[in-house]
Amino acid sequence: MTTLLWGALPYIAFALLVAGLVWRYRYDKYGWTTRSSQVYESRLLNIASPVFHYGILFVLAGHLIGLFVPMSWTEAIGVDEHTYHLFSLYGGTTAGALAVAGIGLLVFRRRTRAPVFRATTANDKAMYVLLLGAIVLGMTAKLSHASGNGYNYRETIAPWARSLFTLRPKTHLMADVPVLFQVHAVIGMVLIAFVPYSRLVHMFSAPLQYLFRPYVVYRRRDPRQLGPRPERRGWERLGG
Amino acid sequence: MRPMAQIAMVMNLGKCIGCHTCSVTCKQAWTNRRGMEYVWFNNVETRPGQGCPRQYEDQEKWRGGWELNRRGSLRLKAGGRLHKLAGIFSNPRLPEIKDYYEPWTYDYRNLTDAPLGDDYPVARPVSSITGKPMKIEWSSNWDDNLAGAPAYGDLDPMVERLREQASDKVRFSYEQTFMFYLPRICEHCLNPACVASCPSGAMYKRAEDGIVLVDQDHCRGWRMCVTGCPYKKVYFNHATGKAEKCTLCYPRLEVGLPTVCSETCVGRLRYLGVVLYDADEVTAAASVRDEKDLYQAQLGVFLDPEDAGVRTACERAGIPYDWIEAARRSPVHALISRYRVALPLHPEYRTMPMVWYIPPLSPVVDALSESGHDGEDAANLFGAIDTLRIPLEYLAEMFTAGDTAPVRASLEKLAAMRSHMRALNIGEEPDTSVAAAVGMAPQEIESMYRLLAVAKYEDRYVIPTAAVGDARRLEESALPEGCSLEYDGGPGMGGDGPFGQDSGRRSLPLVSVENFHGLRRRQTSDDPADAEEI
Repeated sequence: MTTLLWGALPYIAFALLVAGLVWRYRYDKYGWTTRSSQVYESRLLNIASPVFHYGILFVLAGHLIGLFVPMSWTEAIGVDEHTYHLFSLYGGTTAGALAVAGIGLLVFRRRTRAPVFRATTANDKAMYVLLLGAIVLGMTAKLSHASGNGYNYRETIAPWARSLFTLRPKTHLMADVPVLFQVHAVIGMVLIAFVPYSRLVHMFSAPLQYLFRPYVVYRRRDPRQLGPRPERRGWERLGG
Repeated sequence: MRPMAQIAMVMNLGKCIGCHTCSVTCKQAWTNRRGMEYVWFNNVETRPGQGCPRQYEDQEKWRGGWELNRRGSLRLKAGGRLHKLAGIFSNPRLPEIKDYYEPWTYDYRNLTDAPLGDDYPVARPVSSITGKPMKIEWSSNWDDNLAGAPAYGDLDPMVERLREQASDKVRFSYEQTFMFYLPRICEHCLNPACVASCPSGAMYKRAEDGIVLVDQDHCRGWRMCVTGCPYKKVYFNHATGKAEKCTLCYPRLEVGLPTVCSETCVGRLRYLGVVLYDADEVTAAASVRDEKDLYQAQLGVFLDPEDAGVRTACERAGIPYDWIEAARRSPVHALISRYRVALPLHPEYRTMPMVWYIPPLSPVVDALSESGHDGEDAANLFGAIDTLRIPLEYLAEMFTAGDTAPVRASLEKLAAMRSHMRALNIGEEPDTSVAAAVGMAPQEIESMYRLLAVAKYEDRYVIPTAAVGDARRLEESALPEGCSLEYDGGPGMGGDGPFGQDSGRRSLPLVSVENFHGLRRRQTSDDPADAEEI
């Protein structure tokens, strides 16, 4: 079980993420969008969406720092365990609270505003369950181990996460981690695997290139390609 | 100099009867799909009126188009690049569907399925957005023909501005009101704010013909283009989550056919043709400090295809010969630059729009005749222009950022044309001073009359094909190999992709396109061999 969850699942999730992105990019560029519902309802979204997105971006930054900055580095610049814990507790809780408040309002909006609810697919609902589950469990795990120096995940979870990149996962490190952290990690990995198959895929199209391109874009027709493009081989047409 | 070609449109508002045929045929061709119910690539507004979406011209509210910053250079009114990315998680200036109108259908099934009862069954309106019964309270043409003008008229942003200057000019009481129709499509601007607003770079201006398009494979639904366009002619498809807009019917233009709205226009008031312009001058012209100079500045960007130097530069820039020749015969170039009767819509948005309008000459002749004057006499006509029922100031707010001089000049030319042509028609010697008064030669007036009043099909639409050599290939490639109903994803085959409607790869709707010139040759040539020749 330990090997399956902490040795195999991370690689399966990563493989599904990469394969999903490639598949989506090749065969479903047209479906690759934020699927915004703002034209239905703007007032609540204008508050909830930025709160959630900025919250979740801070949460992401926190995870990157927590998992991929080794303890020895922070100690080398003179940050002791207690200071780090306080920083992680308050910073993480603020970011998490923002994300929870935002997604809470977004779910409320989605359920109570008829046009928005009508545009919600089964895929969206599964996505919300996973996302909410990951955020809420993460908050619970963090806050239920808040006293003193808290749970020091930088001696167990973080080295395990880093060991994944060496292709020799130290699965034994995860065996004694509190169960709340374990569940959070598993849901997190499932969420990562699910990203390319849901609307969450829009996170990979953050338009940073906008900062560097000229305002007005000109494009030429491809002289070899007049008229509609030929169908690319995919699996939609097999029945036809 | 960097010459480029643009296919542009001119509409002669004096002939528009507000029949909405253009809107309906456009809707049938392009936007009769789920997610696009509220979308009109072409709509016709009664003026004065709020337009669609309501009050879209109030840029203090919607922040569309460009403005000058303190240093005098252009910036997007809705905010620059960093501002846009920081605010990408929601767009506070995005119109909701309710700002357009909530689309609906009727519960027709109830008419046949209702149980036997004392009352006749009725088909109740059902919202296409919520799927629930609704009360119809607004639509794209709710204030058509000044319906409810005393209540709604003052909501027209142009009227609001006019009230501040000349309050006695606009009246909405029944006997004193005025109106005209304004058909609107995408302006395919030279300096498009929607393209500049798109964070993904999915919107682009085609280098060959200047048509502004959305790349559906690269649009990610950030919605900034909807805000960026001051004319609100980029729409958000709420089923697919992507932006869509008027394509100037490019699949038709490429084979030499006019757009659907032009082809079906009952009043034959639309003109399509090539305009050559200098792309290097666009930014400077759009940055002119005084808004009232923007019309002149845009005229300065256009190149004269009769100038041999311009033609050489165009050829060097790779513009095909038949496009340069089409620019010489272009009715659009004639109405905009030669006769100067067409004016741009809202040049103050600084987008350099390319759909221009000939302002409507109010029923001035009748009005003059009723008051005992000779309505067709040039002197009377010129004098009456200042007291037209449609106030000059209102037209100037729409077409020249408030400067009445170009509007008056345009209307005077139309009045001079009436007077000159009446003299010819009743066999009098035309008074040359009439033409001279508006700075035109009698021959020029007569050719303008041919373009505006006779308005032959081939004079109205001078459209070079995408590439003559490829015309035949285009014609063939646009035809489906088999019947489109034979395979999955063809029209009418329906079905949802894995990520909601219209996700997944799908073939474009296949249309059979008849090359206009090919058809005409087939119909008019005596010999089958001639007809086959391309």
